[in-house]
Amino acid sequence: MKQYAGRQGSIPIRLFLENLGRRTIDAIEELGYIFSLFVESIYWIIQGKKQSQPVSVPTIFREIAMTGVYAVPIVSLLCFSVGMMSAIQGIETLKVFGAESQVIVGIALAITREFSPLIVGIIVAGRSGSAITARLGTMQESQEIDALRVIGISPVRYLAAPLLIAMLVAVPALTILGDLMGLVGGGIYTSITLDMSMNVYMNRCLDILAVDDVRQGLIKSIVFATIIVLVGLSNGFQVRGGAEGVGKATTRSVVMSISCIVFADMIFTYFLNR
Amino acid sequence: MKNDNKDIVIEVKDLVTHYGDRLILDQVNLEVRKGEVMVIMGGSGSGKTTLLRHLLGLHQATSGSILLLGKDITKMAAKDLYELRRKMGVAFQGGALFSSMNVGENVKLPLREHTKLDDKTMDIMCRMKLEVVNLSGFEDLMPAELSGGMTKRVALARAVIMDPKLLFFDEPSAGLDPVVSAELDELILKLKSAMNMSIVVVTHELESAFRIADRITMLDNGKILITGTVDEVRNSDNKRIQDMLNRRPSDTVINAEEYLGRLTGEI
Repeated sequence: MKQYAGRQGSIPIRLFLENLGRRTIDAIEELGYIFSLFVESIYWIIQGKKQSQPVSVPTIFREIAMTGVYAVPIVSLLCFSVGMMSAIQGIETLKVFGAESQVIVGIALAITREFSPLIVGIIVAGRSGSAITARLGTMQESQEIDALRVIGISPVRYLAAPLLIAMLVAVPALTILGDLMGLVGGGIYTSITLDMSMNVYMNRCLDILAVDDVRQGLIKSIVFATIIVLVGLSNGFQVRGGAEGVGKATTRSVVMSISCIVFADMIFTYFLNR
Repeated sequence: MKNDNKDIVIEVKDLVTHYGDRLILDQVNLEVRKGEVMVIMGGSGSGKTTLLRHLLGLHQATSGSILLLGKDITKMAAKDLYELRRKMGVAFQGGALFSSMNVGENVKLPLREHTKLDDKTMDIMCRMKLEVVNLSGFEDLMPAELSGGMTKRVALARAVIMDPKLLFFDEPSAGLDPVVSAELDELILKLKSAMNMSIVVVTHELESAFRIADRITMLDNGKILITGTVDEVRNSDNKRIQDMLNRRPSDTVINAEEYLGRLTGEI
């Protein structure tokens, strides 16, 4: 580390500004690194075959199974619960106006546009984002990534690109599953409470939902998938400092990707609803 | 003169490298000839590992050039470096085996990535190399099930699967008992004579270095102290070298004022 001139006895505001400046530079640097990871992954996905270094298809399917298929039970359960929860809250609130039957509009829109992509994003960030960071971090520490390089295998092509493709398939797929489970969860409570058959409920849902609502959720889920992969990868590749370093990076990765997901969600919701 | 050049497989010229602001290697010059075992020696923090990592093209040098098989890897396009890496094999200190693959898959990985051989041929080649390192029949074990010595031998098998012209070996005897490390030394000599490879070994083990080396380069604080044959190094009258050889602690003279400054944190 550089010794900063006049460090001793400097006033607190100056230290604060110094710190702020350094952190800003670090953040911009990290953003640049994440972006370059993204560009390089896309490069290998498109150009890999020509360079006789294709992205391995079996690896992609294995990752889809790991991040997507194995997350099916938990995603189903949570989206089901959230659907039911919004039905309970919705009916309670709408009772005030005597408009309980309008709850279906609320459930259908909130689940497909908001809850399903968000819940799926958070689960995948917690399950797979952390796993990506921990795996890459351990590989970094045990020199496996160096070994890949000296064998002549680009770590981005071998480790990052398949993950990116897998996530871009798995997360939207899980989101569609989440949509369904959420609607079913809301439907069960609504049909019992409002004495409505499940058929009628589903038909009302289909009437309310336009393609655009589901698409909004899917666009978000694609963005979330990209965030989870890139944040997980960049934290993993930059691990230093043994087991503790891996632990710290994993925590950082999960916190960072969930925060980014929530922020991105807010921004996308604003623009997609204009 | 021209003939000499042909026999040089690794040539490092005026290599200067930094880690952050800290100078690690200072004007390092090194030549490795075809078919020889060059041992890079030095204490901890002498820069020997850094030198190896630069030879492998894993870091960017501040200045200077590194020629492997006549090509400068510091100015090379990624594609050419990829080609060159088929001719290099590396065995890392901890083995660096991929923990998700079994021994056989680990050894076959370079073949899978660089060749279009069918599985049967790859299996045979893999078994041949495992035979060389006395580990035939262990293909199906996972890296976690191997002992330290076995891990290093598998790493060696993976390093030589492509029959490389250059072989790099980082700390072959670190963390191993004397018998196993002696076996590894024998293995390195066997590879040298059987496959006519040029081998660079980084180590701090004196005994092992003297047994396998054709020539030794000794690093100290990022500078080269000496490059010479085993006898030349043994008979050198340089004090630092003799300290290393006789395991004497280095006696740095303490400057009282600096010492006080360091303690009070004013420097």
